[in-house]
Amino acid sequence: MSAVMDEKPVQQVTKGAIKIDDVVKIYDPDGAAVMAVDHCSIDIPAGEICMIVGPSGCGKTTLLNAIAGFHGITSGSIHLDGELLCGPGKPQAVPGSDRIVVFQNGALFPWKTNLENIAFGPMMAGKMSKAEIYDKARGMMADAGLSGTENNYPGEVSSGLRRRVEIVRALMNDPKVLLFDEPYRALDSLTKSVMHEALLEIYYRNKVTIFFITHDLEEAIFLGHRLIIMSSRPCKPKKIVEVDIPHPRDYSALTSTRFREIMQEAKGVVNEEAQKAFDAGEKEG
Amino acid sequence: MKRSKFIDNLFSRATLRGITAIVIFVLIWEFGARSEELTGWRMPFLGLVPAPSAVAASWAGLLGDPSYWQSWYMSFLRVFGGFTAAMLLGIPLGLFMAINKTFHGLYFPTFEIMRPIPPLAWVPASIIFWPTQELSIAFVTFLGAFYTIVLNVLGGAKSINKQYLQAAQSMGASQWDIFRRIVLPATLPSIVVGSAVGMGITWEVVVAAEMISGGGASGGAGGGLGFFIWSSYVGGSYEQIVVGMISIGIAGYFSSELLRQLGGFFTPWLKTR
Repeated sequence: MSAVMDEKPVQQVTKGAIKIDDVVKIYDPDGAAVMAVDHCSIDIPAGEICMIVGPSGCGKTTLLNAIAGFHGITSGSIHLDGELLCGPGKPQAVPGSDRIVVFQNGALFPWKTNLENIAFGPMMAGKMSKAEIYDKARGMMADAGLSGTENNYPGEVSSGLRRRVEIVRALMNDPKVLLFDEPYRALDSLTKSVMHEALLEIYYRNKVTIFFITHDLEEAIFLGHRLIIMSSRPCKPKKIVEVDIPHPRDYSALTSTRFREIMQEAKGVVNEEAQKAFDAGEKEG
Repeated sequence: MKRSKFIDNLFSRATLRGITAIVIFVLIWEFGARSEELTGWRMPFLGLVPAPSAVAASWAGLLGDPSYWQSWYMSFLRVFGGFTAAMLLGIPLGLFMAINKTFHGLYFPTFEIMRPIPPLAWVPASIIFWPTQELSIAFVTFLGAFYTIVLNVLGGAKSINKQYLQAAQSMGASQWDIFRRIVLPATLPSIVVGSAVGMGITWEVVVAAEMISGGGASGGAGGGLGFFIWSSYVGGSYEQIVVGMISIGIAGYFSSELLRQLGGFFTPWLKTR
């Protein structure tokens, strides 16, 4: 484990530690209290790629939205680098550029070109001149292999490229944490694996903490330092799996013995929860 | 580049098909209108209509007549006056209803009761309300476009992908930035659609309003294309009725085309789909 940690560029990251402490979220539509998150505690060190794995509709996104500040929590607390995001006396976090979400269906503004999309955050922050922002944006696009698409609208490029633009747009804000909400769900598996490598490449260059929701176990193991396998609704960590495959990784990791062993270890728990979620769904129906 | 594309379009298959269709239509119409003198048998319906050649002759005579062009001018003035007013009032109103729940709750029921009232049912009331006949016609024209524009803007602004708003919020956009940079551009396609539909209704309404209201303040010359048709009917000049009808068709087409071009200019990202 320690040998692995030494190889991680992650070691240098000092910002972006998330502490989720005993968080409960109860939705109350029409008086019927539905518990989405049940006394959930997760500690994510700065610079970790933390994969939140669980069946669809288990409440993972609820947790992500609470960190991002899109809705509040019922009890418990969430801290970012020791600072309270939400907790006692502050039910909802204030959305901020230190925590940027990459959405499931993508949320690039279709009426802005890729370059304008990427420049949006810093333009709003107003700390740099427009020329500086566009210079930085062009540089980051070049690093991410997006040169030549600056003046295209998001609708003009492939969905894989759009996702990359969105990640670059997020990184332009110098976030401490990137929150991914199943961003590659809609992509075919070939595009997906290209996107995974691209994401890791971007990660190695811009080390940030990554909170990544997925229900794809292969994706989770390939990308993550750690898997937090969640129980089906209400959502709560069920098992934590360390992925001790050294970074930087490439696709060859997928066929390694260690990968298969970890897959074996995680699969049982995931399947059990998926079955529970499925049974619960059948009962409701 | 753009011009050569335009010329390509001019000689494209689609254009040729369009021209062929119009030529065949005119030929059938010509035959139908002259069926009695040519064969002794009068074709139903078309046999009563003036022949295209007669219409063209009548039209040629009118091209030099300033009062014919005055009719065009008056109708266009009313359409653009009413339409512009509908845009200026309707777009902010729709946006405001979309972002302010209290205002939506207060105003929307009244709006929905007023909306089904056809603009033409407003003609008598409008004549009573407004000091001049010109304003009455403009008001009725305004109503024609107003409801459609408001509804489209409201629908468009309310169906904005919530994640655009969340993303903008995360990246530090202020409420005003979110309105100006997210809500407004996201609603633009609906504004364009609402305007195009509204423009069509405006032409329908203006012509009917002109027919009902008569010559207008400046006598027959100020009556617009609607009144032009009506006075041709009263005067028994059937060719001119058809000239008036075709004129309205052409005027409506140009208005829509202008809107399409403007809409495309304001929503360049939609061209790429």
